[in-house]
Amino acid sequence: MKIKALFMISLCIFLFGGCKASNQEGDKNAGGEKAAQKTHKGLSIKGSDTMVHLTSSWAEEFMKINIGSEVSVTGGGSGTGIAALINATTDICAASREINDKELSLAAAKNLKPQGVAVALDGIAIIINQANPVSFLSQEELKKIFTGEFTNWKQLGGPDQAILVLSRESSSGTYVFFQEHVLSKADYTERAKLLPGTSAVVQSIATDKWAIGYVGLGFAQKAGKDIKTVAVRKDDKSSAVEPSVETVKAGLYPIARKLYFYIGEKLSAQTQQFVDFCLSDKGQAIVQETGYVTIK
Amino acid sequence: MWKNRAVQTLLIGAASTSVLIVVLIFLFLGKEAAPFALTPGLSALFDSKWIPVSFQRERFGILPLLSGSALVTLLAMLITIPFSVLGAIYIAELAKPLEREILKPFIEILASIPSVVLGFFGLVVLAPLVKSFFGLNTGLNALTGAILLSIMAIPTVISISEDALNSVPHVYKRASLALGASQLQTIFRVTVPAALPGIIAAVMLGVGRVIGETMAVMMVTGNAAIITANPLDPVRTMTATIAAEMGEVPFGSVHYQALFCIGVVLLLVTFGLNVIGQQVLRRYGMRQ
Repeated sequence: MKIKALFMISLCIFLFGGCKASNQEGDKNAGGEKAAQKTHKGLSIKGSDTMVHLTSSWAEEFMKINIGSEVSVTGGGSGTGIAALINATTDICAASREINDKELSLAAAKNLKPQGVAVALDGIAIIINQANPVSFLSQEELKKIFTGEFTNWKQLGGPDQAILVLSRESSSGTYVFFQEHVLSKADYTERAKLLPGTSAVVQSIATDKWAIGYVGLGFAQKAGKDIKTVAVRKDDKSSAVEPSVETVKAGLYPIARKLYFYIGEKLSAQTQQFVDFCLSDKGQAIVQETGYVTIK
Repeated sequence: MWKNRAVQTLLIGAASTSVLIVVLIFLFLGKEAAPFALTPGLSALFDSKWIPVSFQRERFGILPLLSGSALVTLLAMLITIPFSVLGAIYIAELAKPLEREILKPFIEILASIPSVVLGFFGLVVLAPLVKSFFGLNTGLNALTGAILLSIMAIPTVISISEDALNSVPHVYKRASLALGASQLQTIFRVTVPAALPGIIAAVMLGVGRVIGETMAVMMVTGNAAIITANPLDPVRTMTATIAAEMGEVPFGSVHYQALFCIGVVLLLVTFGLNVIGQQVLRRYGMRQ
């Protein structure tokens, strides 16, 4: 019995000791990886999850044209991407929002001046079921719906039916953008259902007559016949605008944003080549294919 | 002699790996979650709101998540237990060999359906059914989640309960029948009570599966973090919260630590259930 106990204890010590040692090793490795990434000739892009689909489509096409080039795309969110750019662990940061002052001062402390290049536009469409008679809403009304102040469609000129508020998960960049620009930074209502992914929102609205949700413009256009988009007006004076490629491009549709690439001041030839490719006609054609709006 | 000892230590080592893994997991979860106890303080966990992303004030109360998990699990077991125990009794005691040949493979197939596939089935088929049956404006609620989870738990519980029923010694049944008891009397007064510890173990395993299930639940429960006892309200479970938010949470942030706190709570709950299950088993074992 004693031997067994001793053995168990020594095994524990051995394993924990090993665990600690390997941790330190891991840290060292991470450092090594950083250094390796800098000297590596491949191009790395990190940032917004909203843009992952777009950037990876660009990367694929770019690699097809420039044989031998390597472009790696990772998500993680705009904030993660900007942090990576500041720490020099990525060449390009994809961001679905503008860099903020805090991040700029962090970059300045490292003698970096991130430059933003707008590469595409994205509109966020408000979608409801085809059976819902409501056809336009103001930004103020949207805010009240999503913060839970309005709970019934009759408050918006619709029938006496409870509003079912659908949202993306809080990890989504769209969630944060919508919260910032439509909800004026207020919290979503706790009754809002958080659905994992755009397709779940579309699916739910197709079957639930009195639901309302928001999705990227590209998805709304492909959503099918059970779903319609709502025209949005900025305030009571302005007229309601249907979300479309044209209205987003003309700056008329209020819930739209620019998608950026952030890059350092001194660019490698390959980074420049990639950014140029994204802004070229071919690159912008991919923007259209993936459901976003071209910048030019 | 030394050979003997070498083999013995090797075997002890192999047998104790799972103990070590459990300890290591506890330590790892604790290590990631621990900073949360210092900065916002553990009392922040007992808040009644879960608002991890906010421009106002982030709140990390796990009470709505805990109650969500509890509600879904409870409902799922209410559906699972009668179906699976009665099903197991039929298969073990009453079914003809041919019926058994057909029923058993199908139950096994049901057990092997990936949970994402079931989740999709729940979203597209089950949710609209629940919606129209109760006249709701959406089918994404705790009840839909519970039905889906019981579909997952039933095959497990049936298989293990059936094993338990089959392992009841034949002499018990023969003695009961010889004393003039009918077949039904024998089943419910002799066989089932004798197999009860095994059936309880099966149900406990089912609870474990239900409370730890993630994907399917995330797809159909609506994921609104509210405290409710109404089966027709949406709920957000602990597992769905971790799965949905871990992907993009900034490493080392308070939100990240809060998610690990949920992990610790989830582990403690399943651990507690296991201990209770063991106790029940032991007590029944002693009574016989």
